[in-house]
Amino acid sequence: MEPLTSKKKILIQKPLNFAERMYLPALGKGLAITISHFFKKEATIRYPEVQREMSINWRGMHSLKRDENGKERCTACGLCALSCPAEAITMIAAERKPEEKDLYREEKYAAVYEINMLRCIFCGLCEEACPKEAIYLDGPIVPSDYLRKDFIYGKDKLVEEPLVKK
Amino acid sequence: MDISFVIEKFVLVAIIFGISLVIAMYSTYAERKVAAFLQDRLGPDRAGPFGILQPLADGLKMFMKEEIIPTHANKWLFMVGPGLAMLTACIGTAVIPWGSPITTAAGRIIPLQVTDINVGVLYIFGVVSLSVYGVMIGGWASNNKYSLLSAIRAASQNISYEVAMGLSIIALLLVTNTMSLKEIVEMQHGWHWNVLYQPLGFLLFIICAFAETNRAPFDLPECETELIGGYHTEYSSMKLGFYLFAEYINMFVSSAVMATLYFGGYNYPGMDWVLTQVGPVIAPLIGTAVLFAKIFAFIFFFMWVRWTIPRFRYDQLMHLGWKVLIPIAIANVIVTGIVIAIVEKF
Repeated sequence: MEPLTSKKKILIQKPLNFAERMYLPALGKGLAITISHFFKKEATIRYPEVQREMSINWRGMHSLKRDENGKERCTACGLCALSCPAEAITMIAAERKPEEKDLYREEKYAAVYEINMLRCIFCGLCEEACPKEAIYLDGPIVPSDYLRKDFIYGKDKLVEEPLVKK
Repeated sequence: MDISFVIEKFVLVAIIFGISLVIAMYSTYAERKVAAFLQDRLGPDRAGPFGILQPLADGLKMFMKEEIIPTHANKWLFMVGPGLAMLTACIGTAVIPWGSPITTAAGRIIPLQVTDINVGVLYIFGVVSLSVYGVMIGGWASNNKYSLLSAIRAASQNISYEVAMGLSIIALLLVTNTMSLKEIVEMQHGWHWNVLYQPLGFLLFIICAFAETNRAPFDLPECETELIGGYHTEYSSMKLGFYLFAEYINMFVSSAVMATLYFGGYNYPGMDWVLTQVGPVIAPLIGTAVLFAKIFAFIFFFMWVRWTIPRFRYDQLMHLGWKVLIPIAIANVIVTGIVIAIVEKF
């Protein structure tokens, strides 16, 4: 058959010369290579103790943010749920009572806010859709669990820690 | 025979036995660490600081495992196998001189050698040849094709390499004129190490030692890709542990033998000066430390080679043993004999 390219190269296997047949020089070379690796830095990272830094555009677990006064930013508009391609977010809205003024920023708030972490694909569309800057995917890796129901994260796991009053 | 002699020997035997077991135990740890470092990894580091409790954890695991004896195995021989492997591995240390004799303040001379028999080299040689019986018996008694094939391989490999090993020792004996290990070591006082007079003999001996201890690149009796586990396929629990352990003790013993025969044993350059400085009790102990440093270097070399050279094919193994090593060993004997004759004549 005509060769399709001009890159054809005929390999000639030469018979081994004396030094090669002795096997020992090659052995020494091999030993030198392995011992050089003995002094190299290990590639291993001791995981639970040492954690690699995530990239700046890393998207992890969601967190529902509070404003500078410690009030929840979310107003339960439902845009995040609407934008979610995996339909992982559900929420129930409620009206803020006068005595809850310190807890929620707007008159409407999310009484229930649930994200199914098994459905979530961590695309980040919810944080892009949010008009109140209330949701960000800035958390760690979502931990593993045994039951499906335990992957539905409610407000207890999602909302940021309240601000500590000085 | 006075009672202090008995106590002295008993203590020495107990110490040597304990040391060889501890060294074998930590060889398993060292092997994993060396392997890891050579492959840019960390190795075991979870059990204790730097993972130094790993051998204990491994031992505990071995003890806890279920003991399985196959239905069609020969039960008696199945149980004898690992014990024999362990026994032959341990008795080799009896003739190795661990240090020059200690002269106590009371004028009593304590030799740091269990027994100085005048055929020490032959004794070592015999014990090493016996060690294959543990493998053969275990492999045969398992009643498993893979184990049997492995036992056959181990037997033929050991027989092949014993010839070359014996011939390399003959060349050494022409130089030393004695078979007592103690006298051989004493001849190598200072830096007069036998490796300088017998470099080729040492090379042959170390290659054969790799084959005799079933270490890579000659670990054909236990190559996983061809024989599952090799002769210990059917073994579990501490019987398997004994086989693996015996292999490491063998490595320790052959390292000690190499250090003794070719690398001067407990001798090191400048030992006379050290003796005048620290006195006759401490100086032999320094010599012992030097001997152990040599042994550890050899053990490290065993591991280093294991993670460098791929396993030989069976026909390559036989080719190397019979067609390469034996002719070279014979030539070495002849050349050594001629050189010695010439040196003595003139």
